[in-house]
Amino acid sequence: MSKIQRIVILGLILFAIVFPLISNNDYFIHVMTLSFIWMIGVYGLNLLAGYTGYLSLAHAGFFAIGAYSLGLLTVKAEMNFWPALLLSLIITGVLGFFAGLISLRTKEHFFAIYTLCVGYIIYLVIDKWDSLTEGVRGLIGIPAPANIGPLSFETLQSHYYLVLFFLLLVVLIMYRIVHSLSGRTYIAIRNSEDLAQTIGISTMKNKLTVFVISTVIAGLSGALYASFVRFIGPDIGSIAIVFDFLTYLLVGGLGTLSGPIVGTLLIVVLSQRLQFLQDYRMLVFGPVLTLLIIFYPRGIVGTAAAWGQKRRSSVHKTRLNNLPEEQVKEG
Amino acid sequence: MIFLETRKLTKNFGGLVAVNNVDFAIEQGKINAIIGPNGAGKSTFFNLISGFHPPSSGQVIFKGQDVTKLPANKIAQLGVARTFQTTNLFEQSTVIDNIIVGHRLRTKSNLFDAIFRTKRLRSEEALCREKAMEVIEFVDLQKVAHRPVAGLTQEEKKRTAFALALATNPEIVFLDEPAAGVNPDETEGLAALMRKMADKGVTVCLIEHKMQMIMKLADKIMVLNYGEKIAEGKPEEIQNNEAVIKAYLGGSAIA
Repeated sequence: MSKIQRIVILGLILFAIVFPLISNNDYFIHVMTLSFIWMIGVYGLNLLAGYTGYLSLAHAGFFAIGAYSLGLLTVKAEMNFWPALLLSLIITGVLGFFAGLISLRTKEHFFAIYTLCVGYIIYLVIDKWDSLTEGVRGLIGIPAPANIGPLSFETLQSHYYLVLFFLLLVVLIMYRIVHSLSGRTYIAIRNSEDLAQTIGISTMKNKLTVFVISTVIAGLSGALYASFVRFIGPDIGSIAIVFDFLTYLLVGGLGTLSGPIVGTLLIVVLSQRLQFLQDYRMLVFGPVLTLLIIFYPRGIVGTAAAWGQKRRSSVHKTRLNNLPEEQVKEG
Repeated sequence: MIFLETRKLTKNFGGLVAVNNVDFAIEQGKINAIIGPNGAGKSTFFNLISGFHPPSSGQVIFKGQDVTKLPANKIAQLGVARTFQTTNLFEQSTVIDNIIVGHRLRTKSNLFDAIFRTKRLRSEEALCREKAMEVIEFVDLQKVAHRPVAGLTQEEKKRTAFALALATNPEIVFLDEPAAGVNPDETEGLAALMRKMADKGVTVCLIEHKMQMIMKLADKIMVLNYGEKIAEGKPEEIQNNEAVIKAYLGGSAIA
């Protein structure tokens, strides 16, 4: 990481921390918290789709599984929030494992279509299983996170910080995974599965691991959503949600570390700004997104990074060989 | 000493027999070549040995062990590396970043190590980087080590693919048309590199169409035609073999 990157990241974290203090508008804080929750889900999708090359459309389903697990455990089983959160992550992971075991037998478009079906089935199960999930009536009265010692999460501000904490944790974990040998392994699989196998990588094992982590993170995002909004309906598992995730990811940059944050923030802020257009917002979003995919398929962050690399390599050519070690690590 | 051998290796794709009853033995430390007209089954033969396709019948024996049924990644771990006709590299990434992962199969660190940045991960990362630098030096790519693969010449890409294969610590490498699409000067360079690999003790087996290069380079040649082995031997034996001339030039050329 370069010095500039460090400063930018520290600045952003600082801004996120002071944001509720300078903004007295509860609505903004509410929108911000929701964006953080989406970002967590998008990070989950990014590890699988961006770094391993498997575009899953089942992630709204796992988001919903996380949300409903937490909702049912706290409302119907009356569990404490924290063990319920842990248990809902485990439930999502186990279901993710079995879904992955089967769907990872397919590749590329077939994988996308297959997971789309998996996601829809999850949605249908939630929608129709009245006795467990309350069906279309939804689940009401999900409690806020329980106190940890003197820390209480009843207020909007405190909830904001809780979600921010989880977001930073997820970003840290992602950063470490991507910059490790495991991360290199996943990128090798994305690049060419055949080549990955010839250099001794067990592709199925690695893909399944990523699939499970990715669903657990989507589940975390769902569980946080449930405890924040306090009410969930089957709609959170619908196809529209997964395409929201995908839009955030594509705009920010597939397979980039800051893409999920940039994409989510941009789209959420834009769609808040364009509220006055109501559903006609989509008339703006549709064409813009199409143009972006055609001309900048690597998203905002990916395109910016490519420009940076180009600039650096032209500098490099004039300076010739022997790069300092620090710059090498960045690559 | 017989190092790797195939016994009656056969592969059918539906009604098509791509490889038919091929017995072939590879000696350690030598350069072995497989030649034959297009569609003779050479690449399929490679795919059978490296575990990409399961053979319909027959066996592959590596150092006395039957590896016929092992998947590709397990075979790689035993010390069998290969390259593809198309280099398959990650173009946006630098040469060294492409190669570092090549040594991954000799490391043990997992996700836990990744998330907690354990000592093991750090030492293994250093090891992989060291290995990458070593093989980059071996294939003589130091000058472009930190450049994205997209900007390399075809020959440099081939060398990168060699380096990636070498980073797995192989005892034998299978090279599928290593000199395809490079000019004659560069072909000589690549031939020298293959000789260097063999001298270092890495057994080489290659598929190639450039006869001049093969005849100078190979210690032993096998000729495939329509999936069957039609000849095997030293270059001079192959050059004068009637069946081979017939396969390449057609029936009337015998005279």
